[in-house]
Amino acid sequence: MTASVTTTSVSKQYGGVAAVKDVCFELNAGETIALVGHNGAGKTTLIKLMLGLIRPTSGSVTMLGGDPARGDFHVRQSVGYLPESVSFHMALTGRETLAFYARLKRVEFSNAEILFKRVGLAAEAVDRPVRTYSKGMRQRLGLAQALLGTPRILLLDEPTSGLDPALRHNFYDLISELRADGATVLLSSHALTELENRADRVIIIDRGVKIADGTLDELRHIASLPTRVIIRLSDMEASPQWSGEWCRQAGGAWEVSVDAADKIDLLKRMTSEPSLLESLTLAEPTLDELYAHFLGRQAAQ
Amino acid sequence: MNNILTVARKEIQEGRRNRWVLATTLLLAGLALTLTFLGSAPTGNVGVNQLDVVIVSLSSLAIFLLPLIALLLSHDAIVGESERGTLILLLSYPVGRSEIVIGKFLGHLSILAFSTLIGFGAAAVALVASGTVISPASWRAFAIMLGASILLGAVFLSIGYLISTLVRERSTAGGVAVGIWLFFVLIYDMALLGGLVAAQGRSVPALLLDGLLLANPTDAYRLLNLGSGAASALSGMGGVAAGSSLSAPILTVALLLWAIVPLGIANIVFARREA
Repeated sequence: MTASVTTTSVSKQYGGVAAVKDVCFELNAGETIALVGHNGAGKTTLIKLMLGLIRPTSGSVTMLGGDPARGDFHVRQSVGYLPESVSFHMALTGRETLAFYARLKRVEFSNAEILFKRVGLAAEAVDRPVRTYSKGMRQRLGLAQALLGTPRILLLDEPTSGLDPALRHNFYDLISELRADGATVLLSSHALTELENRADRVIIIDRGVKIADGTLDELRHIASLPTRVIIRLSDMEASPQWSGEWCRQAGGAWEVSVDAADKIDLLKRMTSEPSLLESLTLAEPTLDELYAHFLGRQAAQ
Repeated sequence: MNNILTVARKEIQEGRRNRWVLATTLLLAGLALTLTFLGSAPTGNVGVNQLDVVIVSLSSLAIFLLPLIALLLSHDAIVGESERGTLILLLSYPVGRSEIVIGKFLGHLSILAFSTLIGFGAAAVALVASGTVISPASWRAFAIMLGASILLGAVFLSIGYLISTLVRERSTAGGVAVGIWLFFVLIYDMALLGGLVAAQGRSVPALLLDGLLLANPTDAYRLLNLGSGAASALSGMGGVAAGSSLSAPILTVALLLWAIVPLGIANIVFARREA
């Protein structure tokens, strides 16, 4: 795979404050990467560095083989960007807005209808001034401009904020299509949960420092968080005899946390006596727990 | 070049949609027509050419109004987009920063030029329609006045762009713009007059006076329009013009510099700034 974006020990300071410290990563073609961190962790600064809107204090950023701060036409043309809480010129209509950006990117505007349909912007809204748009509609228009000219790199800053769940789903379908076409998609988010099964790779940053980088499975493995096993016994009065610290839940269920290494063994012992069990549920660590784990580990250091 | 036109076109489109174009055109036309017909009442129809009277009154109007309109349009051009969040997206596009500044400037200049031509032109049209005979010399002076008025607008647009790239907040830009307007349009001339009075009739070196007149674009504009021809006798500017060696070409060059230099500095400032 070829790296479409590379950052090498990139740092950015504002005044005396370091917004990004020594961050290294590579983003590859056909990969969807989630950039996760709290608000103010440095996600937007990293995206601005990749766009060449700001210059690194030290280190370097390479986009499609060039320095983004030089503003090469072919690099800028191949990048789609959706800013966090995107805004447009209020007086223009959606169609006029998109036509303006298409001209700047030297993209044929004839396929506008397809683009509007693709992002789910209703036909009757397209010719209304942006002033009348809801936040979700603005977000869709923002997405439409980011998709102009089939970009090879998409940088989406908090793309799903303001979208309702149905649209969110639609949005992630769109991302999958782009990934299949070989585009690099970077999604920033302050929550991991909704990214489950969406991102090939997760990069977690905290206070400007990269603290984790890998697939979700890799991160789970590194974190080795316990799995929770929840059971209901056939005999409501009994308590479970298997080893582990069982505790009773409000509804009469029992719960135990078990390390990944011991999980299979415990399940084998429990299922060997099926008559004792009424139900059994496994809860793998959620992404939020995983995220909290990495942040906690960072804080402890 | 393409990008500059694209940006300029969008600015005009927005100006039309925001009713900026309509509002300024109506304002200028309304005031120009009022001045034309009120102004012709005292002189009647004898003696002076009526269009010369109109030139004098319209120039005086332009000195107050055009800088104000230009600053209102331009002070928020960059800082406003930055604050509303539209600038960051624009900068991520394959468009140079100077192309953004120059394109927006040209867009605003077109709006201003359109309003001035239509608004002031309405006064001339009204005179012709009411049966006044106008000499070719007066037409020429009127055309020069229109050109100079647009140039004056360009000067203050340019100053507005400089303000807009230098400050961090829209409200600051607005405050500075009002200050600049007050300074050039009101305070400067008062101070100049005060200085001349304080000099108590001692002759002020011609070079100093020339410099002081060129240092304020509104004074250069006033001298350009009212310093010669029939208008100079009407406006009383003939006296100042006679004592000064500033010719129309020098005044025009001064105004052009006033329009180019602040915009040039704005470009440099904007190119260095981090979004």
